[in-house]
Amino acid sequence: MSRKKSTISRRSFLRGAAIAGVGAPALARAGAQDAKGEELATLLDISKCVGCGACVVACGEANESRYPKPEKPFPEMFPPRVKVADWSDDRYVDDRLTPYNWLFVDNITVNHEGTEHEIHMPRRCMHCTNPPCANLCPWGAAAKKDDGAVVIDPDVCLGGSKCKSVCPWDIPQRQTGVGLYLDLLPRFAGNGVMFKCDRCQPRMAEGKLPACIEACPMQVQQIGPRSEIIAKAKALAAEMNGYIYGLEENGGTNTIYVSPVPFEKLEQARAKVAPSAGKKGKGKHASKGKNSGRPNLTQVGSPFEKEDMFAAAVFTAPVAGLAAGAIRLLRKTQSGHGEDS
Amino acid sequence: MRTRTLLFALLMAAMAISGFGQMPIFKRYYIADIPGMAWTADYYFTHMMHYAGGAILLALLGYAAVRLFAAAGRVTLSGWLRIGLWALIAVTGLARVTKNLPDMHLGPELTMAVDVTHLAAVMLLGLTALMARLLGRGEYLRVEE
Repeated sequence: MSRKKSTISRRSFLRGAAIAGVGAPALARAGAQDAKGEELATLLDISKCVGCGACVVACGEANESRYPKPEKPFPEMFPPRVKVADWSDDRYVDDRLTPYNWLFVDNITVNHEGTEHEIHMPRRCMHCTNPPCANLCPWGAAAKKDDGAVVIDPDVCLGGSKCKSVCPWDIPQRQTGVGLYLDLLPRFAGNGVMFKCDRCQPRMAEGKLPACIEACPMQVQQIGPRSEIIAKAKALAAEMNGYIYGLEENGGTNTIYVSPVPFEKLEQARAKVAPSAGKKGKGKHASKGKNSGRPNLTQVGSPFEKEDMFAAAVFTAPVAGLAAGAIRLLRKTQSGHGEDS
Repeated sequence: MRTRTLLFALLMAAMAISGFGQMPIFKRYYIADIPGMAWTADYYFTHMMHYAGGAILLALLGYAAVRLFAAAGRVTLSGWLRIGLWALIAVTGLARVTKNLPDMHLGPELTMAVDVTHLAAVMLLGLTALMARLLGRGEYLRVEE
C-alpha cells in the first residue's frame, strides 16, 4: 500500500466528512489544551476508527517539510555491520512507521465473544510520561517537552538508534545520510537521524491541534490535560465494556487507547499478519524483524521500576559520605585532644 | 598495589565502561560479541550499573571532601584542578539523575549541556590524573615537613 495510491480516495472521504460537518467538534476543542498546565495526553477511541487514513494523509502533509532530505552517496560505514537505513526511495510506504511516515493505521480483524471485529488503530509515538528514549539518549537529542510530547532534535541526533533499542515499541526510525554525523565522523560515529511523531510541535506552537486529530472525520482522537483524558478513557471503557492501553504501559504514556476488544487479542491477531513492509527488511532498512516499524500491543512494564531506588541511593550517598567523613574527623580531633591532655 | 587502590581502580573502570556504554558503541564495534561481554550492549543494565557505581563514588567523594576541607591549606595545584573536575562530574551526574526522575525534565539544551560537560569533565580528569602521575605530582596534599 502506498500513500500515492490511496491519497485521492482518502481526501475525497475527508472532504465529504468536512461537508457533513463531523470534524467541527474536534476543532472546537483546540483552545482547551493546557488549561491546567499539566501534560497533554491523547485519547483514541478505536471503536470509532474506520481506517480511512485521513490522519495519515494529514500527518504527511503537515510534516512533509520536516522529512529527511538525505545526501547521496552515503558514507561507507565502518564497521560493515552498520547498515544503511534508507527510506528515501520508499517515502510513500504508509503501512508502518518510517522516517517519512510518523503515523499509520494498523488494521486488525479479530473475533471476540462470537463477534468479528474489524479494528483500525492509528499508531504513532506513545509519548511516554517517563520516556526511555529521552532518559537514555546519551546526547540529549531526545527530550520530553513540557506539554508531554517526546521529541527528537534532527539537528543534534546522530542516529545511533539507541532510542529505538530502548523503546518497547521500536518507534523511532532511522534515515541515513542526514544530520550532524556527516560533519563529525561519518564513517565511525552515527548513522543518520531518528524520526518519529512529535505530536506536531510546530502546529501546537501556533495553537493548532496535531494534524491527525484535526483531520479525523470520525473524531477518534481528543487531546487534553492528562488527568482529564484518563478520566474520559476510564468512563469510555466502562461505557463500552472495553479495555484501555497506555495507562500503565512503560510506566504510563500520553497516548491512551480504548478498545472494545482486549489488547491481548488484538496483539495475537496483529502478530500473525506479516506486514507488506516486511519485504523491505533485507538490510536496506536494517529492520529488526517482520514487525519492525509496527508497534506491538503487548503489556509493557516500567523499565525504570528500580530507578527510584537507585536514584535515592545516588542522592543519599554523598550525604552519607559527608557524615562518615565528619564523624571520622570528629573522632580524630577528640582522640588528638585526649592525647594532648 | 594496595587493596583500596585496586578497588578504586575497579570502580573507575566500571564507571567508565558503563558510562561510555550509554553511547551505542559496544555493539557497533563488536565488544558485546566477545563472550561474557554481551551486557555492555544492554543499555538498561549499564544504566543501573552506572547509578550503583555513582552512589559508591559519591559516598567516597563526600567522605574525601570532609578530609580535604580539614586540610585545605595543603592541597596542591594539581589537587585543586582534580577536585574541581570531580565536583563538576558529581554535579552534572546528579543533575542527570534528577532529570531522569519521573515528572522531572530539564530542557533539551540544558540536558545536552549537562551530558557534554559530564563527559568532557571525565575525560579531562583522566588526562589530568595521568599527567599528574607522569610528572610525579599525583598527590592531592603536600606532605608536611
